[in-house]
Amino acid sequence: MTSFDPSQDQQSIVSVTDRVRPLTIGAPVTAVHFLGDKAAFVEAEENVAVVDGAGALSRVAVHSGAILSAVSDGKRLVMGGDDGKLTALDGNGEVTLLATDPKRRWIDTVALHPDGAVAWSAGKTAFVHSGKNEDKSFEVPSTVGGLAFAPKGMRLAIAHYNGVTLWFPNMAANAEVLEWAGSHLGVTFSPDNKFLVTTMHEPALHGWRLADQRHMRMTGYPGRVRSMSWVAGGKGLATSGADTVIVWPFASKDGPMGKEPAMLAPLQARVSVVACHPKQDILACGYSDGTVLMVRLADGAEILVRRNGSQPVAALGWNAKGTLLAFAAADGDGGLLEL
Amino acid sequence: MPEPTASKIPVTVLTGYLGAGKTTLLNRILSENHGKKYAVIVNEFGEIGIDNDLIIGADEEVFEMNNGCVCCTVRGDLVRILDGLMKRKGKFDAIIVETTGLADPAPVAQTFFVDEDVQANARLDAVVTVADAKWLSDRLKDAPEAKNQIAFADVIVLNKTDLVSKAELAEVEARIRGINPYAKLHRTERCQVKLSDVLERGAFDLDRILEIEPEFLEAGDGHDHDHHHHDHGHHHDHDHGHGHGGLKHYHDEDMQSLSLRSDKPLDANVFMPWLQNLVASEGQKILRSKGILSFRDDDDRYVFQGVHMMLEGDHQRTWKDGEKRESRLVFIGRELPEQLIRDGFAACVAA
Repeated sequence: MTSFDPSQDQQSIVSVTDRVRPLTIGAPVTAVHFLGDKAAFVEAEENVAVVDGAGALSRVAVHSGAILSAVSDGKRLVMGGDDGKLTALDGNGEVTLLATDPKRRWIDTVALHPDGAVAWSAGKTAFVHSGKNEDKSFEVPSTVGGLAFAPKGMRLAIAHYNGVTLWFPNMAANAEVLEWAGSHLGVTFSPDNKFLVTTMHEPALHGWRLADQRHMRMTGYPGRVRSMSWVAGGKGLATSGADTVIVWPFASKDGPMGKEPAMLAPLQARVSVVACHPKQDILACGYSDGTVLMVRLADGAEILVRRNGSQPVAALGWNAKGTLLAFAAADGDGGLLEL
Repeated sequence: MPEPTASKIPVTVLTGYLGAGKTTLLNRILSENHGKKYAVIVNEFGEIGIDNDLIIGADEEVFEMNNGCVCCTVRGDLVRILDGLMKRKGKFDAIIVETTGLADPAPVAQTFFVDEDVQANARLDAVVTVADAKWLSDRLKDAPEAKNQIAFADVIVLNKTDLVSKAELAEVEARIRGINPYAKLHRTERCQVKLSDVLERGAFDLDRILEIEPEFLEAGDGHDHDHHHHDHGHHHDHDHGHGHGGLKHYHDEDMQSLSLRSDKPLDANVFMPWLQNLVASEGQKILRSKGILSFRDDDDRYVFQGVHMMLEGDHQRTWKDGEKRESRLVFIGRELPEQLIRDGFAACVAA
């Protein structure tokens, strides 16, 4: 006599959903970053919900309106708000006011340098605060879409309409402009400092090889790319925007030029957010139907972390050691997974 | 999964030439006791005398989409601001976008047609144009922007009527109607208009286009307002007015409206490609288009609307028993190729 459970048989995917500690943030969430081993869920407005390893949640007020942007270096979380304030939250729950826009303009974008310098933008102006130096500012021709510090040296990429301006805040030299028609929103340097990639208003990425400013067009997305994450060691760039995770190869000196991207973890839903493991060739991805998967880059093997059937996944993040994965849907229904 | 229209935040676009009274209207909307909260996107900070943390300053940043369509421009700043505002969903009921006096309303409207994220959260409610009764006639002669704003409008607030005589008022109204006979027109002093006449109009809602505006398309037909008498070979240095039952009519030299109708069913297989080709080739001239269509072998009404080269359309509902199955279309635009459009439409009538 044979017996089998058909539902077991059909389940073609390994699941770790039973190992996830469920979290109810209780408010819309837009991002999650780790401060040490505490997960800091950035709410759409006003607060950050900090969850410790035991799952205890404490809410910290950081802004008096919408939180428009948030970045973290693992030690602190720096945020810009529609209240015109730039604030920082550290692992002890301490909030510091870093800057206030005199005209109370929205702080649209923020960036953090490995040495602790902070950049932010309001309208067309980018600002940099570093150490004891006086704040510096630089105006670009149109509203700043995104900011990123180069991994080495003091160089800030400012994305705007029709290109990216590379500004050296500590040098008198003229800023360098990388041109490409269209509206550039997000921006990131490859970890080896050789490439610069932007997400555009249209469903595409654009890249430049910094040595010779050669263009790299990365198109074919059905939707706008809102999330990018570098694979450990910078071998590839994982992106949202399609019904699979699109990973562009950056291991060779030509980057993705003339190469096809890897397409991993196809589902009947749009990838909404991606987060690569900090050390291993694994990534986590969230979908518009609420699914969260972990995917092995080498062979595309998938592990189910969260089932579908909810709001889109809005937040996804690893701690620096890569032992904790935190996630949340847009409505604040989240979870914490210890590996 | 598309969100139902009802859950989307309505967005009213407020245009008007310099000095017409946009800020007056905006201050009224914000100060009146209506129990609603508005987020306002203004082009100049500080003109609004009301403290409201939902007043956002914007630079009108228009950019071309990289899709090879030259008139496919969108307001990038609007995409960004709406994205930020959506984080405060629940804190306001509607959004008002004030444009500068010299702005073309098209990029704002097109933003709602092309941007996926904007579409998911917000819907364009109406383009409201404030016009100065005393100076509009002059501006229509020397400012193409003013003419665009009138042509584009769903609602026109003809302001400062206390500063003109009855005859002057009739004159300016006739000029407005010569460009855009379909907009709702309200005569005001100091923008004293009922807020329900400018807000929550649903002018871009396919389901409501023809329900709430019974005079839609009628205005033109009732007194033969089409331009088939117009002598295009002759250059008019003057405007020519002529009476129709006491109402003065002007034909604007370069901005016109064109209405078409047919009581015979159309062939959808001919009409759809014709309309798409028409807006693809002549879309720069066509500011607005709307229509309600009766197709052969189709018991559902089809409705569409467009801004320049962008169209959206859908089957609306089943034709009611006894309802006249008639197709009606309207185009408002600059130097419309009238004969080309009429001939093309005539060829769409099912054999």
